[in-house]
Amino acid sequence: MHRRTLAQLADDLRSRRCSSYELTTHFLARIERHDPSMNAFVTVTADHALADARAADERRSRGDAGPLDGLPLAHKDIFCTEGVKTSCGSRMLDNFLSPYDATLVARLKDAGTVMLGKTNMDEFAMGSSSESSFYGPVRNPWDLERVPGGSSGGSAAAVAAGLVPAATGTDTGGSIRQPAALCGLTGLKPTYGRVSRYGMIAFASSLDQAGVLTWTAEDAALLLQVMAGFDPRDSTCLEEPVPDYRAGLNASIRGLRIGVPAGFFDAGLEEGNRGAVETALGVLESQGAELVGIELDNLDLSVPVYYVVAPAEASSNLSRFDGVRFGHRTEHAEDLLNLYTRTRGEGFGAEVKRRILTGAYVLSAGYYDAYYLKAQQVRQLISQSFSRAFESVDVIAGPTTPTPAFMLGQKTNDPVAMYLNDIYTIGANLAGLPALSIPCGAVGGLPVGLQLIGPHLAEGVLLNVAHRFQAETDWHQRRPPDFDAENA
Amino acid sequence: MNWETVIGLEIHTQLATRSKIFSASATRYGAEPNTQANLVDLGFPGVLPVLNGEVVNMAIKFGLATQCEISPRSIFARKNYFYPDLPKGYQISQYELPIVHGGQLEIVLSDGSAKTVRITRAHLEEDAGKSLHEDFHGQTGIDLNRAGTPLLEIVSEPDMRSPGEAVAYMRRIHTLVRYLGISDGNMQEGSFRCDANVSVRKLGSEALGTRTELKNLNSFRFVERAIEVEVERQIDLIEDGGQVIQETRLYDPDRNETRAMRSKEEANDYRYFPDPDLLPIVIDQARIGHIAAGLPELPDAKRKRFIADYELSAYDADVLTASREQAEFYEAVVTGLGGQPKLAANWVMGELSAALNREDLDITASRVSATQLAELLQRIDDKTISGKIAKQVFDALWNDGGEVEAIIEARGLRQISDAGAIEALVDEILEAHPRQVEEYRSGKEKVFGFFVGQVMKQSEGKANPQSVNEILKIKLKS
Amino acid sequence: MSPEDVYKLGMLARLEITPGEIDDVVAKLTDIVAMVDQLQAVDTDGVVPMAHPLDRSQRLREDEVTEEDRRALYQQSAAAVERGLYLVPKVIE
Repeated sequence: MHRRTLAQLADDLRSRRCSSYELTTHFLARIERHDPSMNAFVTVTADHALADARAADERRSRGDAGPLDGLPLAHKDIFCTEGVKTSCGSRMLDNFLSPYDATLVARLKDAGTVMLGKTNMDEFAMGSSSESSFYGPVRNPWDLERVPGGSSGGSAAAVAAGLVPAATGTDTGGSIRQPAALCGLTGLKPTYGRVSRYGMIAFASSLDQAGVLTWTAEDAALLLQVMAGFDPRDSTCLEEPVPDYRAGLNASIRGLRIGVPAGFFDAGLEEGNRGAVETALGVLESQGAELVGIELDNLDLSVPVYYVVAPAEASSNLSRFDGVRFGHRTEHAEDLLNLYTRTRGEGFGAEVKRRILTGAYVLSAGYYDAYYLKAQQVRQLISQSFSRAFESVDVIAGPTTPTPAFMLGQKTNDPVAMYLNDIYTIGANLAGLPALSIPCGAVGGLPVGLQLIGPHLAEGVLLNVAHRFQAETDWHQRRPPDFDAENA
Repeated sequence: MNWETVIGLEIHTQLATRSKIFSASATRYGAEPNTQANLVDLGFPGVLPVLNGEVVNMAIKFGLATQCEISPRSIFARKNYFYPDLPKGYQISQYELPIVHGGQLEIVLSDGSAKTVRITRAHLEEDAGKSLHEDFHGQTGIDLNRAGTPLLEIVSEPDMRSPGEAVAYMRRIHTLVRYLGISDGNMQEGSFRCDANVSVRKLGSEALGTRTELKNLNSFRFVERAIEVEVERQIDLIEDGGQVIQETRLYDPDRNETRAMRSKEEANDYRYFPDPDLLPIVIDQARIGHIAAGLPELPDAKRKRFIADYELSAYDADVLTASREQAEFYEAVVTGLGGQPKLAANWVMGELSAALNREDLDITASRVSATQLAELLQRIDDKTISGKIAKQVFDALWNDGGEVEAIIEARGLRQISDAGAIEALVDEILEAHPRQVEEYRSGKEKVFGFFVGQVMKQSEGKANPQSVNEILKIKLKS
Repeated sequence: MSPEDVYKLGMLARLEITPGEIDDVVAKLTDIVAMVDQLQAVDTDGVVPMAHPLDRSQRLREDEVTEEDRRALYQQSAAAVERGLYLVPKVIE
């Protein structure tokens, strides 16, 4: 069961080859057996899941089951889930039971999906390795000594190890695409505003976007169909019709113009990754797509822009964690100032503190113009580079990451080296563009990702290209060997 | 040495919307603590603000009424600071690009002269909650019902030169926002509060002195007194060789002094930046035109019209137009009366206003209606009753209700204008007071008033005073 | 960046930084600032700052009250509540 895609499982449910209860039981058993070696889950909601699965089966027996009804899922622990702990990977929210569901959670619940649990992540989504969680690091099922990427590393590891057929994630600078690449999955970050941010704990509000980690583009299309669309609770959510994503998956890509930015193939890209990505581009070319060399001016400045804008927004977004209305509260508050400084000093981990301090710095009097305003201007330049590129190409393709999964602990003491992991993914966040990563090769047994970036609201095109690629290749069907046995 | 006071005001006006500026919680005053604070107001993880369209309309109304420019595009910014009544750790406000800016307002000073105060800007923001300091085992209790209530912060240029001018300006704004229906202006409930920026400089000097900011002045009287004592403090300080420090000070009405606020001592760095959860407010001409078409007559225009049409003094016009309801009441009386605007003004500002004050009633709750008052004044005008008798009728109307005509008849209050009847009364009085008659005739003309009083008393106030005067004069000469 | 600068930022952000942490924080923030300083070399004259990826305007909500009192639920997550009020150490104005 755990080797089947979400679409195949949906067929199985529809044709009564299995029940949601059986599926749920199977995956819960796999979580119980395998998660201790990976630490992909913060919370497993077994009782809720079994009850929801029974309810889904009842709906199906009554004949009113929707297309996703009864399918098991996991949510990144950044999404608020009513009555269930929502920790964001932080001690600060270790005791927080959300009183409400995020819009995305509610929509998937309404579609009948069964939540198995909440996945581990970098604290407040700040990281690229899922090592900064209060609940300990997540491990990569392809090599347990390596990181799964981050910040949606728990979701990526859980799907890759077959503990759940699909999981949600969030992507502020690459937090869906990068772990998808490092774990051999399809990871989709939609256009900024395509999916509601309501109930998704904010990291950097102008960059955050929710998406999914799945085996295939088809599975991503299935989920996006339900998640996407206007939400009156989010002022930045797009009021645009949602196309039928699955219907466009098989369209021909003959004549499609794919821009290949020279800057994505620079010295930082490891040879193995370069080879895999170039081979993948050859596959798309053989399917009739046209490869066009392009330049994306200032894209090399994505990382510095990001490390001004994201911490600035984060420093403000995280001010609400003060120990008064929810979350951790210090036991050593002698006065009001202590209440704040100790609660926050104890509640936040080192990386989160660094980002808050960086954010306070770039916004503070005397530095605002030199850092924050400057970064916003360069952001504009980067966004314009993409706009210009999309005047002549339909999508942009390149590597998702410069290297395959690195070793646990390898970069934890060098934040700047860690930040450079996101060098190819951040641009899409700065410009608000949809982007996805699909598995396209392997280096030393570790997966490599191909990234596709499209113009605003071109999720359908990206999924189409990814699906055609997956029709020609089998990288998306490869599973981490240690977790692959049929009865494991 | 001669000193000049320089004052600028920041007035925080709560906008009279049903729901909050960024959430669908109620804004009703006086609810149980934290029962009108939803997830957005409480700043829970993951929640987002969505702007209430009505606050935009209200800000446009204010802008139009003060000749401000309405920004075609304005943005919200976050003002970052930690305080227990500020749940998110930032206040959503406007910094660069406020919704309206660059206007002016004419104020009338106590000597009747007019002065223009420039309005720098007015911007939208959310209110904070309340801290309750009493009786929680040395702790402070936080009520966030008010958090997220919409505010329009109206910032003036430092154009005022005395506490009196500051109060006149504040009253004008208070009148205006109530005319526009954008705020109830209730100062007890904190719907209308004021911070004053105060400095002094040598008379004739161009440069501004160092200013202090006086916080949360929630009555006209406090504004006046707080500025007075602060100006005294600053002058004393400078004359003693000291320097004014730019700081935030709190007015203590019990001690009638200002003191530096401890919580604001540390230098604030608010780290304003555009709020990424909200997009720019875009206002087109159609929206402005639609709102302009629905604006009521504004106090300034009304005041000028009252002076022109009713020949009222500037003072009377000012008082009568202090609220839209009072002005409308007054005009209804004049219409009912068919003229005599001065008589109507005297009664609305005199007897009626006194009665309302006695019972702390708003004019909309007056127990004597405009129609009743008009009828009553008509009876003065046609000499059915005297002004003095009319006050009795007014009291009867106020206390027991009823019809003007019926009260006059039932109580036999109709004025005696018949010359024969009055002559008889006069004769009676003169006869009873021969000594005073003698005094008068020997040149002590002051005694005349005594005779009038006696005749009126004898007639129980009903004698027409003018006739009494005339007849008395004739009789005393003979 | 000096320890004093970092302590000052810590005060602005209400974050306690312990003596044990300070050296590491200073070193890493210095690296981060050096990295973002690359921006200073870019000519951005006349470039409109981009605050947001969406070039759209704010949607306006109807002025309607649709929320009811859910205080009991919302206060379950609070550490200290009395008579419906959130409690904090004494605030001095």
